[in-house]
Amino acid sequence: METLGILIPVSLVLGGLGLAAFFWSLRSRQYDDPEGDARRILNTDYDDAPKP
Amino acid sequence: MALCSVSGAPWLCQAKMAKDASYAPGFSACPACSVAPLASSIAHRSGPVQARVVLSLPGVHCAACISGVERGLIALPGVRDARVNLTLKRAMIDATPDVTPEMLIAALGRLGYEAHELDAGALAAAQTDWQGRDLLMRLGVAGFAMMNVMLLSIAVWSGAEDATRDMFHWISGMIALPTVAFAGQPFFRSAIVALRAGRLGMDVPISLAIILASAISVYETTQSGHHAYFDAAVMLTFFLLAGRYLDHRTRAVARSAAQELAALEVPRAVRLTQDGTEEVVAIAALVPGDLVRVRPGARLPVDGCVQSGTSEIDRAFLTGESLPAMAAPGTDVSAGEVNLTGPLVVRVTAAGRDTRLHRIADLVAMAESARTRYTSLADRAARAYSPMVHILALVAFAGWMQASGGDLRLSLNIAAAVLIITCPCALGLAVPAVVTAASGRLYKLGLLIKSGTALERLAAIDTVVFDKTGTLTKGAPRPIGLGPQDAGDLAIAAGLAQGSAHPLAQALVAEALARAIAPARIDDVQEVPGYGIEGRHAGQRVRLGRAAWVGAQALPRTASYLAVGTAPPRAFAFADTLRDGAPEAVAGLLARGLEVWVISGDAEAAVADLADQLGIAHRVAGALPEEKLARVQDMQAHGRHVLMVGDGLNDTAALAAAHVSVAPASGLDAARVASDIVLMGQDLRVLPEALRIGQLSVRRIRQNFALSAIYNIVAVPIALAGFATPLIAALAMSTSSITVSLNAMRLNGGRRWKR
Repeated sequence: METLGILIPVSLVLGGLGLAAFFWSLRSRQYDDPEGDARRILNTDYDDAPKP
Repeated sequence: MALCSVSGAPWLCQAKMAKDASYAPGFSACPACSVAPLASSIAHRSGPVQARVVLSLPGVHCAACISGVERGLIALPGVRDARVNLTLKRAMIDATPDVTPEMLIAALGRLGYEAHELDAGALAAAQTDWQGRDLLMRLGVAGFAMMNVMLLSIAVWSGAEDATRDMFHWISGMIALPTVAFAGQPFFRSAIVALRAGRLGMDVPISLAIILASAISVYETTQSGHHAYFDAAVMLTFFLLAGRYLDHRTRAVARSAAQELAALEVPRAVRLTQDGTEEVVAIAALVPGDLVRVRPGARLPVDGCVQSGTSEIDRAFLTGESLPAMAAPGTDVSAGEVNLTGPLVVRVTAAGRDTRLHRIADLVAMAESARTRYTSLADRAARAYSPMVHILALVAFAGWMQASGGDLRLSLNIAAAVLIITCPCALGLAVPAVVTAASGRLYKLGLLIKSGTALERLAAIDTVVFDKTGTLTKGAPRPIGLGPQDAGDLAIAAGLAQGSAHPLAQALVAEALARAIAPARIDDVQEVPGYGIEGRHAGQRVRLGRAAWVGAQALPRTASYLAVGTAPPRAFAFADTLRDGAPEAVAGLLARGLEVWVISGDAEAAVADLADQLGIAHRVAGALPEEKLARVQDMQAHGRHVLMVGDGLNDTAALAAAHVSVAPASGLDAARVASDIVLMGQDLRVLPEALRIGQLSVRRIRQNFALSAIYNIVAVPIALAGFATPLIAALAMSTSSITVSLNAMRLNGGRRWKR
């Protein structure tokens, strides 16, 4: 039973972290061009050197 | 659920409000209407603003396209940054002020990408899709809460007892109540609106179920009861928000298309002032009696009478005639016509609301009212369903009050269980999921669905009416009957034609290029607006133009005549080229057993020629806009469901009257506004496939309704009998929602499996 006292807060905190990450991604406009972002990773332009 | 059906009417109001100075912009729930302030803001702006350039790229579709376009643009001098948004099919370009959109479009054209300029200011004004982000945020919160509450509920279902169960209920409640209060707001708000209007939408039973479930659960928890429905309340909110979000996204795509259409048109005119200087003004500011200058290649902004200058004007958009007409002082011209060869000064006789163009728009408004009466499948289902839900819950409550001898707690519990189980969870997903899947598929084919109910209406089509010029044909003439022996003449003609904006001249240059014939060197080239082009070649006078001016015998068809020195003139005959995929589209439609018509404003011979070529038996030539409308209305009155495909102003009334209408993106904006579906690509071949998808999606929607009905038939008696537990409610809700979504997604995947 004592385990519950630890596990429930832990699960809530982990879930809260996920929610915070979701808010962050929403605010940084990561859902504006889902189609384009999905394709961009196939781009070979910056495979050898990072984008200047 | 109350799927706001985006019917044609609000789209039209956008064009009207643009001209209505008294229109006060403000937020409205209808996406089409929130475009209206945008359109009016364009109309009121006059001077050109050089900001970021936004281009519409209908052709990009893959990773290679993205880097191709971006690299091609950044390589241009003056371009600082370029980024492609593949979802919106747009490129945002940051450049120095001396870079014009025309240069960028030309550069992309050389790389093989079609591009159109968009008004960057207009797009930025309406681009923040805060509604979508708001819904997504609520969906995220509901999803988070659902997962956590479900974890705790599983413990309760599997037999947690006494203090443990109570604690889990309390924790669930602490997560669920704020979530419901925050994430459920869209439903509560629209339920209040519906109640105020004296209606029972889908949102009333939804809100009632969510609130009752939460309230009962709080009470039960304080009494250490066995059943708490916190998980059901949160799950309901989540699934229904998912449906709402899908629905919103479909409409957001349509809205961004409307913005794009509004941004493509930048309505300005060049007015001549008293002292002879020119000023650029908004069309709304023109009054009858003003003089406006119309450049060659520009569209006439007003109705008027030619004051000075000679030219040829292209009336194809207005009348469907494929041959340009002569314009000289005294000729009456109408807004929407294109000035081809020489500059014209036009005295305004009617501007804005009074133009012939606008009168056709009024015709459209009248024709449109018939279509707005269409009730979507979702609305019909909601109308039948939501009173039934309330009556069932009430009957359960009254029945158990009677049977248990006045046990309020038990009766309320059972009524809440009935409401939760009958809550139109799957029904809320049934239509949006199918429409999202289908319009995604159609978007990949290059068809943009503007109206939410267009898919349903598409399924009922049994007659297809095509316009000729610009729809079945490209509206671009091509010289015909040329052999190798014509190379010399063609070189001279192309040399003369090089500098002209006249479509026949451009066709000759393109033909010479295609045959790798270098245009001959011509000196002293001079365009005589309205007649043709003159110059000197090898010491001889050469002329290319109208028969009488060149001294030739006029042929009975579209032709241009070339005279070299004193030699007898020769004729270049032209035929309009078919749009890509037109034969396949017509054949496909005929194969599906549909009746195909061509109704055109063009001459008898040209229409018959084309109809024979495509195998269309029903044809009407020389039709005025009113006749087109009357024909379509007549067919509909005889019980036929007409799909109208057209691009011109003369088609708009018929487009609005038809059951469903399609306009190519190259068409006039009025035609695109009046139609339900915009064809983004050049190819007509997708039409039969679109019809198939329309029929398929209606079948899926019906199946989804049947599926959720089956779940209800099974689960409702259990709830009525008082055996419903939170576990059963959760199972019924999630399985029905998931089956319905999966069924909708089959629409996207079916093809792949077959191959």
